[in-house]
Amino acid sequence: MMSEEIKWEKESDMPLMAMSLGRMTVNKTGSWRNLRPVIDKEKCNKCGICWKFCPDVSIEIDSEDYPVVILDFCKGCGICAVECPKDAIGMVKEA
Amino acid sequence: MQKVMMGNHALSWGALLSRAEVIAAYPITPQTEVVELLSNMCADGSLKAEFIKVESEHSAMAASMGASAAGARTFTATSAQGLALMHEVLHWATGARLPIVMGNINRAMAPPWTIWTEQTDSIAQRDTGWIQIYTSSIQEILDSVIQAYKVAEQIYIPAMVVLDSFVLSHTNENCEVPDQDKVDAYLPRFENAYKLDTDKPAAFGGLTGPDWYYELRYKIERDIQKALLLFEETGKEFEEMFGRYYGLIETYKLDDADVVLVTSASIASTARPVIDQMRSEGHKVGLIRIRVFRPFPSELLRKLLSGRKKVLVVDRNISFGMSGAFYAEVKAALYNVKGRPPMWGYIAGLGGRDVPMDVIKGMIEQTMKEDHPTQDIIWIGVKR
Amino acid sequence: MLEIRFHGRGGQGTVVASKVLAVAVAKEGRYVQTFPEYGVERRGAPVVAFTRIDTEPIYIRSKIYEPDHLLVLDPTLIAAIDVTEGLKPGGWIIINTEKKAADFPQFKDFKVAIVDATSIALKHRIGSKAAPIVNSAILGAFAKITGFVGIEAVREAVHELSPVKKDENVKAAQEAYDVAKAPEEK
Repeated sequence: MMSEEIKWEKESDMPLMAMSLGRMTVNKTGSWRNLRPVIDKEKCNKCGICWKFCPDVSIEIDSEDYPVVILDFCKGCGICAVECPKDAIGMVKEA
Repeated sequence: MQKVMMGNHALSWGALLSRAEVIAAYPITPQTEVVELLSNMCADGSLKAEFIKVESEHSAMAASMGASAAGARTFTATSAQGLALMHEVLHWATGARLPIVMGNINRAMAPPWTIWTEQTDSIAQRDTGWIQIYTSSIQEILDSVIQAYKVAEQIYIPAMVVLDSFVLSHTNENCEVPDQDKVDAYLPRFENAYKLDTDKPAAFGGLTGPDWYYELRYKIERDIQKALLLFEETGKEFEEMFGRYYGLIETYKLDDADVVLVTSASIASTARPVIDQMRSEGHKVGLIRIRVFRPFPSELLRKLLSGRKKVLVVDRNISFGMSGAFYAEVKAALYNVKGRPPMWGYIAGLGGRDVPMDVIKGMIEQTMKEDHPTQDIIWIGVKR
Repeated sequence: MLEIRFHGRGGQGTVVASKVLAVAVAKEGRYVQTFPEYGVERRGAPVVAFTRIDTEPIYIRSKIYEPDHLLVLDPTLIAAIDVTEGLKPGGWIIINTEKKAADFPQFKDFKVAIVDATSIALKHRIGSKAAPIVNSAILGAFAKITGFVGIEAVREAVHELSPVKKDENVKAAQEAYDVAKAPEEK
């Protein structure tokens, strides 16, 4: 959820256009997930395709070049799992 | 058969009963259920139609055009951003004289991103030559698809059946599904006299200079004007067959009304109990619901609004820099009438802002209080 | 005209519940209008749905601000939001809970009735253990407690609208109907 909820009283309080009042990283979209990607490092060949395809920029590459899912933001769309050429990513149900 | 169904599904049933032969559509909230049900109907064989998956709304309308040109009765549906994406091809469908029927779920235009109802999406297409029918109940949505084909195919003009997002599209209510054989009797097979035919090859839409383009445009206008009479005729036939009449407009407690509210769609529906309430309080108020917006029923409005004391028009849309569209056009229709009533134009409900009974009543009361309007647009409910 | 509001969480069948009630009432020859609070839906997020019922055609199409009665499918919502907002005094609040009606003193201006729809749903294995679907049960209870719709119509509507486990859902509705009771009215 938003770290701070802004409540406008009236039209003149609002910005000219729909724009957020700060970075959207406060919106932890990871809470939307029903499925979570799990990366099998044994199968992973570090090609980076999952990182490239993630539509939410929710995979980062670690110091050993392995992909790491950013669980705060990952919505569980499963595109990484579908695109992985090594079938190294499985989607598991969230609790 | 009596059912309880949502507005979106009423569009699907209308297309099924009309025996649509080709459906080419792209999903967009809040239209997706229309196409989902049509896809199921095709899959289980209850609808014998070719279902074409396309990659955008522009392609949906282009594919629809190809199908209609080949002689198939064609149906599609979209909303807001999707309708806007089709814009170029909407012009094309009219110029190519293709009687496609499309459901448009009125949704406000982005940005900001939205899924709630507003008429600006379809209003912004009023110049494309498409017939526009603004519905205000689930039953009317289903029936209007059938009537739209009957009118469109007689004059070779495409038609859109328009419904409010959520308030109609995702609201479930009682709906009678007419018998297929009765619909078949009302709506015969589509015979496109100008269809693509390899036995009679021809080229369509070729370069036309100033010598003859003008006459082709004249034909479109001449033919869309025929819809004014056709809606009343086909409406009466529909009533004889199915017990429900659908014309250009709907009136409610209009006869001796001094103050007339003119509006459309779901706001016009909520307005009925408001009129009842105000009548019981002794006010002579009445309602006109504009159902067919294109062609615009100017003559009929002149007849019904002449001699009234005051008229107010409520728009759930806006043409920026001017006013609401229904207001501008009702005013235009009345301009040359001697002694025409003063007219108030209200904007309400944009972006899905709810329009409850007390808001409608407030607008009528404001009009009753003032001698004449002082603004071209009266914004209702802006949080100031 | 009756206006009924349903409270649940996404994924519990709240919207389906409002539609089942509508279908049941329509089977009895009345007019209905039903719709969810329209917005972005997520599992677990609070969901609100509405049903209007009348003997005349319903023309009003605005949102429902002052419902006559409530159905609360998820009791955890009671602490989370004000379920009674706009509820007309004396209206029914039918709650899916193991507690007793007397355990809800905050609802003293209204009529409270309880049904353990969760247990009934679990017993008939409707939904999963973690997420039972309580809508058929709570509608059976609604029919008994309010008398606004007959159990026969509810059973038919439940059967028609249940995507799976039709018989189990009908049994759940019937069982809830049989066991539901309200405290003595004050």
